[in-house]
Amino acid sequence: MSTTATTIARAPSQPSGGARAFVQRLRHGDEIAHLITLTFAAGILLLTSMLVYELWVNSHLSRAKFGWLFFWTRTWDPMFGDFGAAPFIYGTLITSIVSLVIAVPLGLSAAIFLAELAPRRISDSISFLIDLLAAVPSVIYGLLGIFIVVPLVRTTIGPLLINTLGHVPAIGKLFRPPNYGVGFLTAGIVLAIMVVPFIISVSREVLLTVPRDQREAALALGATRWESTWQVVVPWARTGIMGSIFLALARALGETMAVTMVIGNDPKIVASLLAPGYTIAAVIANEFTEATGDLYLSALIELGLVLFLMTFILNGLARILIVATERGGGHP
Amino acid sequence: MDRARLLWRKSLNGVMLTLTGVSAFAVVSVLFLILGYLLWNGGSSLNWDFFTKLPKPVGETGGGMANAIIGSLKLLLLAALMGLPVGLLAGVYLAEFGSKTFAFVIRYTTDLLNGVPSIVIGIFAYSLVVLPVKHFSALAGGVALGMMVIPITVRSTEEFLRSVPGSLREGAMALGASKWKTIATVILPAASGGILTGMLLALARVAGETAPLLFTAFSNRFWSPGWGQPTASLPVMIYTYAIAPYDDWHRQAWAAGLVLLLLVLLANLGCRLALSRGGSARSV
Repeated sequence: MSTTATTIARAPSQPSGGARAFVQRLRHGDEIAHLITLTFAAGILLLTSMLVYELWVNSHLSRAKFGWLFFWTRTWDPMFGDFGAAPFIYGTLITSIVSLVIAVPLGLSAAIFLAELAPRRISDSISFLIDLLAAVPSVIYGLLGIFIVVPLVRTTIGPLLINTLGHVPAIGKLFRPPNYGVGFLTAGIVLAIMVVPFIISVSREVLLTVPRDQREAALALGATRWESTWQVVVPWARTGIMGSIFLALARALGETMAVTMVIGNDPKIVASLLAPGYTIAAVIANEFTEATGDLYLSALIELGLVLFLMTFILNGLARILIVATERGGGHP
Repeated sequence: MDRARLLWRKSLNGVMLTLTGVSAFAVVSVLFLILGYLLWNGGSSLNWDFFTKLPKPVGETGGGMANAIIGSLKLLLLAALMGLPVGLLAGVYLAEFGSKTFAFVIRYTTDLLNGVPSIVIGIFAYSLVVLPVKHFSALAGGVALGMMVIPITVRSTEEFLRSVPGSLREGAMALGASKWKTIATVILPAASGGILTGMLLALARVAGETAPLLFTAFSNRFWSPGWGQPTASLPVMIYTYAIAPYDDWHRQAWAAGLVLLLLVLLANLGCRLALSRGGSARSV
């Protein structure tokens, strides 16, 4: 703005004022630079809207034919053009829940160690290594999943669970044979390893923002270190920790390769976690190139739309929660 | 307070604190487990042929993944050409020009785009590039990866531009430089180390992406000339070879996994070390 003012002020003392001012503005380049960068920033907006638009338009056939029933139908039959998303939504949710059941306690307790106990240098170097873990490509996790986790579940973890928890009345039906090694549990384990770095790094950041006097007050009242952490620090940061869990969940829902390689690719809704299943991302990865016919492709794209909406909502929630804690502390 | 209760509280304290330490080290050990396992399995199957030969037909042992390595490089080049400029300029906008509301919208959209599952990005690139011409191409894969590069670059660029001290900006302004001149000749160069590192990290992240390539760049057992043909890439090769029932292919998958992991980890290691040490270099 100030540049524009100077050009206008200077204009009268020079001949051909209008042209001069224009050249000057060009030379200063402020307006142009503003416009160019604005265009690219707006391009991101455009690209994201195009993404939603393409998903919406290209899933038209399937949406028109199945409507809301798409979400409840259990059959997935490309031969007869009968498509229902229920087994995939079920598989996506179950694998993500299993992964959180494993990753949340592990990640939270590691974050507590890094934020509350470990000396700063050790904490920083461990966090560094955990960031590296987050950078490992998902196809590598899938590779290790196939050759390490699947045999482990087939020979050790699976039989162990069937023989112990399998006999417990309420949760027994979660652990029933057959146990092939591939399935919800295996996918959940691999996913847990993949999302744990996210829970740790975000939770650690949030825990570090808890004011020091909160801890000191608890310790001064005679609380042990653990009591001050668990009853004062963690509740203070709980909103942000919830945010980190939502972020992890969003990532687990959308994760494709590692899950595709160990889930077993069987579109069924079964109670047993040891049974093979299927997820939204996995079915898109497996069947997209083989989709013959427009309806088939359109149904797969609608699955993509569903996945997009699920992660969209979770990411939004997570961001709000994390910002809320970092601004004013989780306490009302 | 009776002694029994105190004892219980103290032992609970000890047990829980130990458990937190154990979990932290358990998670870190996974990294070394992965690295060790890949070195063990991949190292033994890695040889010169891997880098120079084409894949052999099914049933014949040997061969390599030269086409996939070149394919991955081509895809990364495309992703860099398409994603980095957009990310850089949008980042400059957010840090230097953004009005409050619009910048918030852009920032939010960028985070949203960053959270979109990569397989959905693949569908988008498919409907945008593959569907109109009816065949898979390196270009489509580049579009998909380029789209994933954008949000990471935007946020890191913005962050590093903001970390340039205000005194530099004021100094340039005081000398009479226009805003744009200040940005182009003072602020961007001051933040360039960080920005370039951020870009490299973004490329390292998409280098391992498989899902968005499955139905854009597809795969290819031969050389892929130009940009309009389906092309092989390391991540997709790892996937196809890992789920195939042949032992020789598994060995190759391990070797490819090792190469990919080392590339990604080394890029990350270098970048993160440079960033953590570069505090002084950045504020020059």
